[in-house]
Formats: sequence, C-alpha cells, structure tokens
Amino acid sequence: MAAAQENTARVGGNGPSLTREQFMDAFHEMLLIRRFEEKAGQLYGMGLIGGFCHLYIGQEAVVVGIQMTLKDGDKLITSYRDHGQMLAAGMTPRGVMAELTGRATGYSHGKGGSMHMFSREKNFYGGHGIVGAQVALGIGLAFANKYRGTDEVSVAYFGDGAANQGQVYESFNLAALHKLPCLFIIENNLYGMGTSVERASASHELWRNGEPWGIPGRRVDGMDIAAVHEASAEAVAHCRAGKGPYLLEMMTYRYRGHSMSDPAKYRKREEVDQVRKTRDPIEHVRQILLDAGVSEDNLRKIEDDVKATVNDSAEFAQTSPEPDPAELYTDVLLEA
Amino acid sequence: MATDIIMPALSPTMTEGTLARWVKAEGDKVAIGDVIAEIETDKATMEVEAIESGILGRILVPEGTQDIAVNTPIAIMVEDGEAVPDTASAPAAAPATPEAPVAQPSAVPAVAASAPLTTPEPEKDWGPTAEITVREALHDAMQAELRRDPDVFLIGEEVAEYQGAYKISQGLLAEFGDKRVIDMPITEHGFTGMAVGAALTGLKPIVEFMTMNFSMQAIDHIINSAAKTLYMSGGQMGCPIVFRGPNGAAARVGAQHSQCYGSWYAHVPGLKVVAPWSSADAKGLLRAAIRDPNPVIVLENEILYGRKFPCPVDEDFILPIGKAKIEREGRDVTIVTFSIMVTTALEAAEELAQQGIEAEVINLRSLRPLDTATIVESVKKTSRLVTLEEGWPFAGIGAEVAMQVIEHAFDWLDAPPARVTGVDVPMPFAANLEKLALPQPEHVVEAVRRLI
Repeated sequence: MAAAQENTARVGGNGPSLTREQFMDAFHEMLLIRRFEEKAGQLYGMGLIGGFCHLYIGQEAVVVGIQMTLKDGDKLITSYRDHGQMLAAGMTPRGVMAELTGRATGYSHGKGGSMHMFSREKNFYGGHGIVGAQVALGIGLAFANKYRGTDEVSVAYFGDGAANQGQVYESFNLAALHKLPCLFIIENNLYGMGTSVERASASHELWRNGEPWGIPGRRVDGMDIAAVHEASAEAVAHCRAGKGPYLLEMMTYRYRGHSMSDPAKYRKREEVDQVRKTRDPIEHVRQILLDAGVSEDNLRKIEDDVKATVNDSAEFAQTSPEPDPAELYTDVLLEA
Repeated sequence: MATDIIMPALSPTMTEGTLARWVKAEGDKVAIGDVIAEIETDKATMEVEAIESGILGRILVPEGTQDIAVNTPIAIMVEDGEAVPDTASAPAAAPATPEAPVAQPSAVPAVAASAPLTTPEPEKDWGPTAEITVREALHDAMQAELRRDPDVFLIGEEVAEYQGAYKISQGLLAEFGDKRVIDMPITEHGFTGMAVGAALTGLKPIVEFMTMNFSMQAIDHIINSAAKTLYMSGGQMGCPIVFRGPNGAAARVGAQHSQCYGSWYAHVPGLKVVAPWSSADAKGLLRAAIRDPNPVIVLENEILYGRKFPCPVDEDFILPIGKAKIEREGRDVTIVTFSIMVTTALEAAEELAQQGIEAEVINLRSLRPLDTATIVESVKKTSRLVTLEEGWPFAGIGAEVAMQVIEHAFDWLDAPPARVTGVDVPMPFAANLEKLALPQPEHVVEAVRRLI
C-alpha cells in the first residue's frame, strides 16, 4: 500500500496548528473531561457510582481533536470508556453523571450505567460493553449514512485491546468493500486492561492494520490536539468525499487504571508520572495559550467555570431520585 | 475550605480495607493525581490519588489500621494557609454518601410476572386463498414490504446475484437493485453487527442467515446489541430488524447444521420470535416481523420451503405476532407445537381420531410472546397437554408451555403434562439414527395414549 506508507513520514505533531480560539475551546473541552472524570472517580470512591467505571483521563486530546473536525449529523460510537466521547459530543455533564450514579435523570434513566449510554439527539450510539462490538455497529452507522445518500461520516472508536478482535477485521473488509464513510479510531493507550500492546499484538503498527483492505492509515500523536485535529480533518474529508473508510492510530495514554478496581501493577508509577510530566495534552495546550499571550487569569476563569459545571453535575446526580420501580419493566419492547 | 478524604471503594465489591501506608505526611503539599496513601483490599494493594489540590492537614487514621469501612474519613485536606479544624469536619458520623431520594416501591413482583390472560379473539377471515409454497410466501412477504417501505433492505450470503441459497429472494435483486438487496461475504459476525448498527439509526434490515446455525457466529450482536439497546438507552434507540433463515433439522446434514434455536432466542427479553408452519403463517408473520419496531427472529424450516398451503390472496394480508392458531379442534387432549412439527401433530391427530381420541392441535406461530391464553383455554377444555418440538428437551419450549399451563390451569389437568421432543443428543448423520432422533407421529400418539 504505497499510499499508506507515504503517511509514515507524517507521524507526530510537527507543524499542524490551530487558531487561538480553537486552542481556547479545546482547552475548555479537555479540562471539562479531565475534571468530570476526576469527579467520577471521587464519586466512585464514595460508593455513589457502582460497578465498572473506566476513566478517560490522559486521552482527552483524542476525542476533542476529532470532534472539532465533525459536523452535525456525523455519528459516533465507542467502547465502555465513553464518558469523554459523550461530553465532547455535547451531551450534558448532568445527564451523564446522573446515569453514572444510576439516577432517573440519567441519559438511560439509570438503566444503562457507565458503559451503556446513548443520545439520539447528539448522534451518540453508545457506550458498548462488549469489546470490539462497536466497530461492526459503527460500520452499520456508516452504512446508514450511505444508504440515505447523505455525506455524513461515522466515527468508530476502539482501543488497542479491541484491535485484536475478529469482528474488527470483518468490519474493515465490509467497510472497504462497500466504501463506507467510516473513520476508525484506534485509541492506543498501550494497554488492553493489564496486557501491553506488545504482548497482545504481533503487529506493532496498528495504523497499518487496514492495509490488506486498502484502508489508508496514519499514526498520530494523540497527546497533541493540533496533530489530532490535522489528521482527523484529512481522514474525515476522505470519508465524506465517498472514498471509503480511514484508520487513525492515536498514540495516547491513560493515567488511571483500566477500571476503578485496577491496581495497575503491570506498569511502573514512574511511567505514568513521566507521561503526565512531559506529554500531558492539557498542559501542552495551556503552555501554547500562555505563549500566545493568554493571561493566567483568563485560563483560571475557564478552570473555575469547568469546576462549577462539574460540581453542578455531581450535585444534580446526587440529588436526583433513583428510577421509579415501574421503570424496571419499561423500554423492553416498542409498541408494534 | 477543609474537606474530608474518605476511605474509597476501590472495586465494585469492596466494603472495607486496610490503610497500608501514608505516602504523604501531615503538612505536605498535594496536587491532583498525587498518590497520598496505599490501601490493601482483599484483592490487591491500590494507590489512592488526591482528587483536590491542597495541604494534607491531618491524618485521622494511622497506617496499619485494618478493616476501615468505605466512606470513613481518613484525613483532612485544607487549602494553603488554612487552619486545620480540631475534629473531622462535622458531622463526622454522617455517611459521606448522601442518600438518594428513593421512590417507594410499588407492587414489584418477586416472582416471574405472568401476563394476565385475556380471552383469545377469533382469527380474522381474509377471504379467498390460493395454494402457494412457503418459499413463495416468504418471497412475497419481503417483496411486498420492500415495495412498501424504502427503509427496508435485505442482506445476507447469496441473497442477490445467486438469487438466494434456498431461492427465497429470487428476483428481488432485479426489482430493487443492489442498494437494497445486498450480497454479504461469509462474515456473519461482521454483517450482523453492521445491520444492527444501521437499524439503530432507523433503517429496517432483513438479515438472512443461510441457516440459523450460522447466527451463532453473530449471537452477541443479536442479543447484546439488538435486543438490549432499547432498554439500555432508556427507550431512545429501538432496533427494527429481522433475522431470518431456516432453523432446525433439514435432512442428513449432521449435528452442526441441525439445531432448533427456538428456546435459545425465546429466552431473551427484547426479542420477538416467530416460527411459521404454513404459507399463510410465513407470509403473514414475516410481513409483521418486518413492520415491527423491535428485533424479530423468524425461524423458518428448510423442509417446509417446498410445501404448498392455501394462503390468503388479499394484498393486505398480515398476521399478528403473539397469536397462536388452532389448526384442528378436539376435546380430549391439547397438542401444542410449532413449525414443521405441526405436520407431525396433525398426522398424529389423524391416527388418534381413528382410535376415537379427538386431539386439539395448536400451532404456536409465535414463541415470544407466547399465546398463553389460547393454550390455557384449550387445556381447560381438554384437561390434557402434550407439547411437541424438534429441539432438545432440557429447558425447551415444551418446558415453558407446560409451566404456563401448570400456573394457569393446574386444577383443570387430569394428567401431568407430557413432552415429545428431539432426543437429547447432537444430530447424528446416519439416516436411521437421524429418524430416531426426531419426533415421529407415533411418539405423539404414544404420549397421548399414556395420558388417557
């Protein structure tokens, strides 16, 4: 695949940039996800969020950068590590936090939880707890775009862990065969639960995994919002133009464990600290903004604003009622 | 403002833990994400990260303390320059978890809910009929619905160019084109997921499995993605999709191609399951399945494809899902069955009639929802129940039908219900063994005679 190989030269964030306003927006969005997730971790620790809870902390630039390149009507689908995607898609922090805590005011009326949340209005199709299932569903969203004759694009997010599932490759084949407008995003955070990508995949260049089907791919520094934005803009344009699917491997990192109950003994604390110190996607943007003359005060205002939004979402969730017992029986079937 | 650091729950099941070590000391400056302590749970030693920046003002629980309940304050954080309160922030005894206002439980049954029974309504008379094969009936149903609704499309292996592995989709490609009649590579898991994804956006796919045996490759999407999403989304995302194909034993195709999925799929809330026998069943139920806003499994039967039955010619002919049909009336025993076993039941009933026993034969048509009312009404008349199915006995459809009758008509029974099923073995290949593995009319006759 000559076209795909040419792209190796473009690894990393050498050059791509954004306007100051875009960086400001990105800073706000990424910070919202970071603080929201920290709050979710806190509520989990208090026993207010039960079951599984997979935090997105560290990966914020991926979803925010991609979202900046999408338009209304584009469809999104992801795995169980979904809170960041939902906030980036414009779903309300209140509705998401209320769902995390299993309340009636949550997006699924408390019946979905952290891993199973949806928004028809925001074209967010979940939130899937079965690793890799969202990829096959994701090409279905793209199929629908094509069937309806729109130029809408579907984005299917999955991790380096899911990248070994068989249905991912069935989906690559179908998407390429039918030229479906599907953007595949591998969020490579280096670990599928506790197994490093080197120990799980014989292929160490996941961005090339679509090559047998002629799916162009690129590896991108997923900690650099401008690099994510630039690569995503190119990939989305490719899909929107009817040229078929595109694959981006986002090199990223999650600071927290796989889920809340992960003791994370498979990696050293120093490794996490090193990434936080040198590659943090939010600090990166903060520095760009300071260099561009944005004042500390201005940034603090954003931080305060985000903190207030997140606290409001937690307060809203905690004071919302649990679902009515009658809710147990609803939404099993639609009236024929 | 001083805030408590509480003993966190570090897993879905943790209720208490040991404070193994304080990593930070009183007076230390702490930033978000810093590890402040290590806690031992029953499974592992975990690090506790700070969720606010500030100063670790006071440690309330010394390291080495065991069995600390989740939510117990273990330290107090203060802001830079702030005095540490003398005691843990009031009210220390109050749980850190605010109690959610809980709606008062209404009458939530602790046992499986039995649908209230209503009197079965008589079947609508659709007027004149014509003899057509089940194959033609299924074809006509898809053709009619493809014409009626542009959101309906058919996908599957060999459905288009090849005209259908069993010729059900003959001619549909020519009429509707390759946008709506779409060949799929042999990739059930992938194309089923794709179809479910399309259905979540409101399109109405018909997924043809060359046989239902291959649906096992895709069963995760049928159950986890199609059946559960409406519920998991709080009613936002329905999945109007049909999964259809031949089910059960064909002839001499061995264990992996001869299996009944009735009980498998009927087990799942969020799915509907129909199993047509006649041409009218096939046409009426498939049309209803395509129009239904929920995922519907249509269990067809290969041996029936070539059989002819009368079918209403009315262009609007459709059957309701969830309604059984009494194929033969009788007063002495109720035989409840579905799909090709209706033929077996009718043959047995003929034999029984010659012996002076009048059997009532119920064709279930729909396995989920089950038409319990029609079954119960019949048993109240006959006082005896025999269930008949090709599938295995354990946890089969017969078991469910018998239990419904026991729940709703126990006092009317004059004998314990009896089951006639396929033998509890994988399907053998040899002709004689295969015949022995499947219910024959004489098995039904024998079961009935034992009850009377």
